[in-house]
Amino acid sequence: MKKILTTPVSDEDLKDIKIGDVIYLNGHIVTCRDVAHRRLIELGRELPVDLKGGAIFHAGPIVRKVEGEDDQFEMVSVGPTTSMRMEKFEKEFIEQTGVKIIVGKGGMGPNTEAGCKENKAIHCVFPAGCAVLAATCVEEIEGAYWRDLGMPETLWVCRVKEFGPLIVSIDAEGNNIFEQNKVEFNKRKDAALEQLYPKVKFIK
Amino acid sequence: MENQEALASLTGKIATFVGLVGKKLPDDVTAKLKELSEGETMPMAKMIYASMEKNQKEAEELNRPSCQDTGLIQMFVRVGTKFPYIDDLKTVLKDAVFIATKEAPLRHNTVETFDEVNTGTNTGTDSPWLYWDIIPNSDKLELDVYMAGGGCSLPGQGKTLMPGEGYEGVVKFVLDVMTSYGLNACPPLLVGIGIGTSIDSAAFMAKKALMRPVGSHNANPKAAALEDEMTAAIDSIGLGPQGLQGTKSVMGVNIVNSARHPSVISCAVNVGCWSHRRGTILFNSDLSCQSSTHKGVAL
Repeated sequence: MKKILTTPVSDEDLKDIKIGDVIYLNGHIVTCRDVAHRRLIELGRELPVDLKGGAIFHAGPIVRKVEGEDDQFEMVSVGPTTSMRMEKFEKEFIEQTGVKIIVGKGGMGPNTEAGCKENKAIHCVFPAGCAVLAATCVEEIEGAYWRDLGMPETLWVCRVKEFGPLIVSIDAEGNNIFEQNKVEFNKRKDAALEQLYPKVKFIK
Repeated sequence: MENQEALASLTGKIATFVGLVGKKLPDDVTAKLKELSEGETMPMAKMIYASMEKNQKEAEELNRPSCQDTGLIQMFVRVGTKFPYIDDLKTVLKDAVFIATKEAPLRHNTVETFDEVNTGTNTGTDSPWLYWDIIPNSDKLELDVYMAGGGCSLPGQGKTLMPGEGYEGVVKFVLDVMTSYGLNACPPLLVGIGIGTSIDSAAFMAKKALMRPVGSHNANPKAAALEDEMTAAIDSIGLGPQGLQGTKSVMGVNIVNSARHPSVISCAVNVGCWSHRRGTILFNSDLSCQSSTHKGVAL
């Protein structure tokens, strides 16, 4: 059976979720990436959206104006961007906003692990490049903030239904699937290099 | 007037092709992903491959860009000296990207540096980014259109090594990129490697390598063998789709090489993500055209 969370999400909701689990999301998710993080943490500007118990999506979508409507947009294509770019801001971001679910691509580091553990939050991966799949989970764009940042960086408030699959990469205990994998990957890489070296002695 | 009409027709066809490249993967990439998906045994990796396949199907049905990051457009232009519209080509290519941005639509991905303003048109200072190759005594135009997304551009790097570090240094450099930046860049990747003299030549060749079809080989037998060896080596790391483990890691390794100065050996890496949106189209002088990457496409 599908594990579905609904925003606002509580600490209790995240208690039994572990790295490697696959979950889905109902409710709201807000796109939030580089400059929005910078504005809140470095420039001290207040976010125009309340994220307490909420979810953010490291993503910069393609949206289209709805024909005949004054200020309505539809989601054309939206997929995750590289989460690691937000690593330097994410711990404080979680502390200040009370966000519970961070969705993006690839791993994040020790800063985010600590933020997730101390404040009970999780980071998940949406399969990247699957932007039409994600867009069709968006029922409506309910708001758009900081539009001066342009299409990719605007905070698009999306109402979603069974948004996923979301693969849990950091859980609320601070376990990190990418860091665990990296240890194994580096061992295999060293072994692979030992095999390669004798085959590339072209300069002799 | 006749010339104006021809230019408008060429611009429109290229704009349509640019949009199409964002919606449908080239035939070689589609075939390779199918092969990797069918050979995969790990459940998480299988689920991700299934998501990818469903996404590409829906993108085609709904006529939408399959990935939201439609890149900063780069093109490799091979234009014959006798192609009738050579003088206007730079403007035509820029206009085509401008039109495709509205019509496809494409995401706005051209930010002017220093002013730090998104132009909102995907055109700007040297955007689209063009590489030119002039073909003598030809009346044709061949274009590679590439959507260089942020995720797959991020791992790009190069290093000029001393010959004492040898090709051993090259393979270590590439594999280190794979387990650091590479696993966040949407594997299974197509890995482009440039090997030559100075750093700029290596970086250019690494990108050029990504324009070669998946499964193709370098003309030099030693370089071709190394492509296969490196594919096997990176696969043995088991990055899997999205870097979440799998039985394989890459779609392939393409190497492009040039001669080098005796004192240096430069290498560079550029990677293409699994959603490797590359398209090649050939125009004849009468503007009839055909694509080798997207067979059967009509513009």
